[in-house]
Amino acid sequence: MRGEFKEIVAFAPPASTTGAIGWLRQNLLSSPFNVLMTIFSAYLILKLVPPVLDWAVFSADFIGKDQSACTSGGACWVFIGARLDLFIYGFYPFDQYWRVNWMFALLAFTFVPQFFDAFPYKKLFGLIALIVVPVVAYVLLLGGSFGLQPVDTNKWGGLMLTLVLAYVGIVAALPIGVILALGRQSKMPVIRTICICFIELWRGVPLISVLFMASVMLPLFLPEGMNFNKLLRALIGIVMFQSAYMAEVVRGGLQAIPRGQSEAASALGLSYWKSMGLVVLPQALKLVIPGIVNTFIALFKDTTLVLIIGLLDILASVQSAIVDPAWRQVSTEGYVFAAFSFWVFCFGISRYSQALERKLHTGHKR
Amino acid sequence: MSDTATNPASNNGLAVEIKEMHKWYGDFHVLKDINLAVEQGERIVICGPSGSGKSTMIRCINRLEEHQQGQILVQGIELTDDVKKIDEIRREVGMCFQHFNLFPHLTVLENCTLAPIWVRKTPKALAEENAMKYLERVKIPEQAAKFPGQLSGGQQQRVAIARSLCMNPKIMLFDEPTSALDPEMIKEVLDVMVELAEDGMTMLCVTHEMGFAKRVANRVIFMDAGQIVEENEPNEFFNNPQNDRTKLFLSQILAH
Ligand SMILES: Nc1ncnc2c1ncn2[C@@H]1O[C@H](COP(=O)(O)OP(=O)(O)OP(=O)(O)O)[C@@H](O)[C@H]1O
Ligand SMILES: [Mg+2]
Repeated sequence: MRGEFKEIVAFAPPASTTGAIGWLRQNLLSSPFNVLMTIFSAYLILKLVPPVLDWAVFSADFIGKDQSACTSGGACWVFIGARLDLFIYGFYPFDQYWRVNWMFALLAFTFVPQFFDAFPYKKLFGLIALIVVPVVAYVLLLGGSFGLQPVDTNKWGGLMLTLVLAYVGIVAALPIGVILALGRQSKMPVIRTICICFIELWRGVPLISVLFMASVMLPLFLPEGMNFNKLLRALIGIVMFQSAYMAEVVRGGLQAIPRGQSEAASALGLSYWKSMGLVVLPQALKLVIPGIVNTFIALFKDTTLVLIIGLLDILASVQSAIVDPAWRQVSTEGYVFAAFSFWVFCFGISRYSQALERKLHTGHKR
Repeated sequence: MSDTATNPASNNGLAVEIKEMHKWYGDFHVLKDINLAVEQGERIVICGPSGSGKSTMIRCINRLEEHQQGQILVQGIELTDDVKKIDEIRREVGMCFQHFNLFPHLTVLENCTLAPIWVRKTPKALAEENAMKYLERVKIPEQAAKFPGQLSGGQQQRVAIARSLCMNPKIMLFDEPTSALDPEMIKEVLDVMVELAEDGMTMLCVTHEMGFAKRVANRVIFMDAGQIVEENEPNEFFNNPQNDRTKLFLSQILAH
């Protein structure tokens, strides 16, 4: 066994394990089942991709004003272009579009920097996005002050309405959810019971029935003159519903933090709120980022349910445009557009959360 | 060290005074008739078999646990439900845990400055300067920018000690500070604790490190089944134990 020691100079691995061929062997052809799957997938790709591409791009019509431009048999994207105003602004008055555009710009201005690690004022911009933007957007969109012409919320619609619903839902549901989760763990029985009842009540009801109740039943119980706005009612319904879910997600995180953390904080003299805010919650929330983002994405998509109470979000506005007799057979294009719009935002949220997780990962838990 | 053992720093009132204290977990009578007076600057080592209530007793001193009967006074302030008093006492009492309980999402320096900044309202720069002073004292200033998870157990426990010291406590509680550590790291933590003792800190220390007890303690307390069974100055305690249970316990821990 004990031959003379000879140093080995590093040499390259066998060719069959590297390069394109090695990759193919390892990933696509490693077993008979894998080979079968590879062939099947290749078949599917060859069968499906060309016709879809052909429909969506090569024989699609992009330029024109109305149905007459759609002659080539592919997708009629002209329809989307022609009705884009409706899809984005709903029935917001045309000469006031700039207000909505400002809101979009504000959102982009505060959110896009969050994607760049090197940007130095991320926290400040984040705070602006969470606190200032909602207030400014409220004043800007609703009007009636600062010499802005009032625009009734009945006229709000399309992407703008979807964003308003989702944004308010997200910004409000997280803090309320955190409070509920803390309340559920409170030592005070009254607070704990209230929080548990609230969470279980809202979690046990489908969102669609919450919205129905908010729009149909609530007015029955309210006194005659007190008929507050449909959008506001839908918003409250969504926020209550989602904060109950958020509370459970956050509770999962809170339970994963060892008791020693809050004990150490207490022993150092930090009060309950400081110990929660500075020690426990930062760790708990970080732990449940995937769950929080999941809830956000669900919320974003659930906003489409407001169409059943007559609010015209992006999906509802697409639907209303599809039935327009001036256009024939554009439902596929309409739904693809709506789906794509949602996908862009949800994918954005998802990517952001992954970046955030990576950044917050101090990677040395014990 | 023997002179300090018989001559604790002259006091203006007791540091900790526990009178006829009882505690229950549900129906389980975990602490029974605890009486203990700790003078300023005194160093007390508490030992006893597992489950005897050592942790519970010292955790009552900064109200991590509540007692149900009797009295606890810390620096002359009685512990009651009054949150203000509890806060006041916690500012005077530092604590180190068996599992360190450092905050993993903060750097070592941030761990040390968190409480001074948020509880004592110390300006950040001053708090950091102060924290570096204590990190130097526990001999790890070079780790200030790291996260706790990047340190060894012994280093983490020293950070935990520094973190407590940053609040300028008058009393330090230790709950088995070395029992989660590998043998080679125990010494570095004990060295820091010995230094602290030599500087006159009032210390209550649950530990089975008998060498440490002999070296710095003024008194050793032996607990069993929720009661203080025996207390004596270290030499007497180890060489001439009175109670049978103490003898049994000592024979067990000195045997291996
Ligand atoms: N939260 C609790 N609820 C109920 N019983 C508890 C609780 N904490 C501790 N006990 C019990 O109280 C007794 C004393 O516990 P304590 O932790 O004070 O013991 P200890 O002397 O510190 O032991 P060890 O050396 O193992 O740390 C044990 O029997 C334990 O099971
Ligand atoms: Mg213990």
